Amino acid sequence: MNGKPGKPPATQEANYGSALTYVSGFVLSLALTICAYLLVKRHIANHHVSPTDTFMVIALSLLALTQLVTQLVFFLHLDNESKPRWNLVVLGFAVIIVVIIVAGSLWIMYHLNYNMTPQQQSNYLLHQDGGV
Amino acid sequence: MNEGTASSLRLTPKQQRREADDKTVFGFWLYLMTDCVLFGSLFATFVVLRNNTFGGPGGETLFSLNFVLAETLILLTSSFTCGLGILAARRGQKNLVLWLFGITFLLGLAFIGLELHEFNHLYNDGDSWRRSGFLSAFFTLVGTHGLHISTGLLWMGTMMVRVKKAGLSRLNVRQLTMLSLFWHFLDIVWIFIFTVVYLFGVVL
Repeated sequence: MNGKPGKPPATQEANYGSALTYVSGFVLSLALTICAYLLVKRHIANHHVSPTDTFMVIALSLLALTQLVTQLVFFLHLDNESKPRWNLVVLGFAVIIVVIIVAGSLWIMYHLNYNMTPQQQSNYLLHQDGGV
Repeated sequence: MNEGTASSLRLTPKQQRREADDKTVFGFWLYLMTDCVLFGSLFATFVVLRNNTFGGPGGETLFSLNFVLAETLILLTSSFTCGLGILAARRGQKNLVLWLFGITFLLGLAFIGLELHEFNHLYNDGDSWRRSGFLSAFFTLVGTHGLHISTGLLWMGTMMVRVKKAGLSRLNVRQLTMLSLFWHFLDIVWIFIFTVVYLFGVVL
């Protein structure tokens, strides 16, 4: 510790992390990013067949979520926040809202296209009439 | 609440200042979380519109993976140097802070330069936001992120001048702390843009 006056006191709290946490977070994030990139490269090289589309969506989502947690822990130090963990609580609330907005929009819009467009509705009726 | 005020009366002035700083930083964190909701709605718009190309080009023909990977690695590295910068700020190493935030600033500038290059390229090829719903959503989402990065750069520039002039005062360290939160947050948002817009755009 430096004892010079006028400098802010170095805090002893653990929740600021050290150079080591930043380096490990950086290396992990790099690895996850490059992993996702290589997966997509391979998927394209194999003409969208070899790792299947479903596999790709799941794998890429998992890689992104892992990266999210990695950065929250190693860069934002949310893992050892001091006791009333309000930062984490608010983050949780924001995540809930975002999930509702995104999943809800997708759900609604998908069903809008599926059931409600006039063209599809008339197509549907046409097929029913033809069937009978 | 009463208990909190009563206990803060017994704190030393130093501890009281720390508590005030923590509250300010928490307030900034609240802003970031509302920003999170803003990006959430833009993501929702994008995923709803991503197939509405109106006969125009989709992600697979428009996006270059290598280019986007470069952007991602640049932003990731800037987030890392920013983290090291705030660490140095807490230790009172003024010159190191200026160097690390200087590097972060340049990396951020490189990122925004690449993004503008991409936008310009798309625009000149006739694939502007007017082309299709997909491109409108794309420009809105990625453009909003770019706007945040630009604001961050402006903030970083003024902070570097302030640190150079006034040193690592308590207020400057507090500002740097919030700036670093902002920068890390934008990096996290970019991870999702990278995955949802670009990678999914090429895969699906």
